[in-house]
Amino acid sequence: MISRLSLPNAVKGLPLPSWLGDVASVWLAPILVLAALVAAPLLLSDFRVALLGKFLTFAILAMSLNLIWGYAGMLSLGHGVFFGLGGYAMAMFLKLESAGGKLPDFMFWSGLTELPFFWAPFQYAWIAIPMTFVVPAALAGGLGYLVFRSRITGVYFALITQALALIVSILFIGQQPYTGGTNGITNYTTIFGFAINSPTTQIVLYYATLATLALTYLLCAWLIASRFGRLLVAMRDDENRVRFSGYNPAALKTIVFALSAGIAGVAGALFTPQVGIISPTMMGIVPSIEIAIWVAVGGRGVLLGAIVGAILVNGAKSGLSESFPAIWQYFLGLLFIGAVLVFPSGIMGLLRGEGWRRPEWLAADRLPGFAARVLPGVKR
Amino acid sequence: MEVWASQLFNGLSLSSILLLTALGLALSFGLMNVINLAHGEFIMIGAYTTYALQQVAAHYTGDPQSGITFLIAIPVSFIMAAAAGYLVEVSVIRFLYRRPLDTLLATWGVGLFLQQLARSIFGAPNVQVVAPAWLSGTVSVTSGLLLPMKRIFIIGLVLACLGALYLYMYRSNEGRRMRGVMQNREMASSLGVSTRRVDSFTFALGSGLAGVAGCALTLIGPIGPSLGTFYIVDAFIVVILGGLGQIPGTIMAALIIGMLNTVFEFGTTAVVGKVLVFAMVILFLQWKPAGLMRARGR
Repeated sequence: MISRLSLPNAVKGLPLPSWLGDVASVWLAPILVLAALVAAPLLLSDFRVALLGKFLTFAILAMSLNLIWGYAGMLSLGHGVFFGLGGYAMAMFLKLESAGGKLPDFMFWSGLTELPFFWAPFQYAWIAIPMTFVVPAALAGGLGYLVFRSRITGVYFALITQALALIVSILFIGQQPYTGGTNGITNYTTIFGFAINSPTTQIVLYYATLATLALTYLLCAWLIASRFGRLLVAMRDDENRVRFSGYNPAALKTIVFALSAGIAGVAGALFTPQVGIISPTMMGIVPSIEIAIWVAVGGRGVLLGAIVGAILVNGAKSGLSESFPAIWQYFLGLLFIGAVLVFPSGIMGLLRGEGWRRPEWLAADRLPGFAARVLPGVKR
Repeated sequence: MEVWASQLFNGLSLSSILLLTALGLALSFGLMNVINLAHGEFIMIGAYTTYALQQVAAHYTGDPQSGITFLIAIPVSFIMAAAAGYLVEVSVIRFLYRRPLDTLLATWGVGLFLQQLARSIFGAPNVQVVAPAWLSGTVSVTSGLLLPMKRIFIIGLVLACLGALYLYMYRSNEGRRMRGVMQNREMASSLGVSTRRVDSFTFALGSGLAGVAGCALTLIGPIGPSLGTFYIVDAFIVVILGGLGQIPGTIMAALIIGMLNTVFEFGTTAVVGKVLVFAMVILFLQWKPAGLMRARGR
């Protein structure tokens, strides 16, 4: 289940113990990527490092989506919401720290006279930081429980999460006094007492993000190799069989959806201090569906794929969209079509020698159970 | 009392536009299991067709409010959107039958492409279509109740489309083939129905209906390249609530959602209204996961 790159023949020819070869084939690629990311701040300008730090938060976000889409077969089009909720929780902490006991500026402008009750706990880091995981996980858990309990899967799940993205983003835009409205929450000065814009702080944040990314990778790799992970894949491939074997797919799905949302929230929490703003534009329909294209380009169902995809697509975006915004939009449109039609197994699939084939679980004639029950004339 | 009546009337006209949008989605889902996220862009194509036609007409006649132009724009919008839908079907979607999640992503890509195309041709800012003079007035039902002519026209237009769709589906050979493929694709195919042809025709038909919805939307407000995105999510909620691929269910669901939206908006705000409707749909699906109507099992 973990990404397996074929080793160069030179390495295979060496008289190495076989277990070392196994370790290398599983871990070589991730270790190479990690080494490159560790070394990056030494080689790049501050501006590029800041950009790469932002991409790394996107990589964590993509990994959280890959966990539920690539392994459990549930495409969420609302992951921007969970990312945003984590980002907002962090922003509330930063804003209160910057305000230094006074009312945050945008609340004052909107005519509030005192801090809303739900803002108050976020002045403490020991509450705010766990909340970046807990709030999105709780929302996903609640929605997931209702949705999975009524056996809503596949596209219906995707469409419902897309509606969630629309609703939460307009809710945040509408509640100007509490969320900063369209502008979001910005203008932080310090984080834990350090100036937030100083290059040193930014480097520390970069490495914190990288460490979180590595930990998330290990967590996902462990999870997927475990019994739980095998159940996820089994559910993706045949949910009814898992149900008939005595497991409860609704519970499994709710747990993994909540976990994935929590990870997305942590990614958002790392995004906010590095970029300096969180706003509803990060949560809407458009950013949420873009996460799916990062995963698809990198390779669905390959842990490293999400990271590679997130960094490459966002790199291309910042390269192209600044100078040629129109071309970027056409390119992105074609990328969505191409990722589905032309290279369904993504970059990692190509590297692993799967060529242009479609992974078996994405093959045609596979329908989510719900559709097969509801639709006439469709065979499973 | 009059306030309520006028609110209900607004709800009805909102429902009718939702319905026109959702019908195409329900058709393409029911027939081919395709989730078309580019459907909103066919609305946009219809709207821009109306706009372009009016610009051309105003250039030659000097009268932007010409009533005839708008009447001509309705079928032209249908044809333009249907042609675009046909192209998308034969170039992208036919490779993706029975893979709904993949069609969802690919059609989103098609949508992005079409939006950018509109931006390149017509520019990013919104444009306004001037409503014809004969649609600008109001009709007074009682002394306090004034119904805008535009909204009445939209409801009438949607009813006409529904009637035409009914005739097509239940009174024409082409429609009979379509229902046959919907009910049992293999059997229809083995009886000599060209399912490929039925698929692309149905997709074009659904897209055309979205184009008419776009034409109608120009009466309500300004139009822009991302016009469709506003309506698409609501339309999908309608399709889910109605039961996938079920035309009568879709009609009922559109009425319910349009009305609920209006009622909640009236009681609270537009945003809270949307949140409440979403919550109610999720709760309803707890009770009936297949939506209002479900296909009879065989």
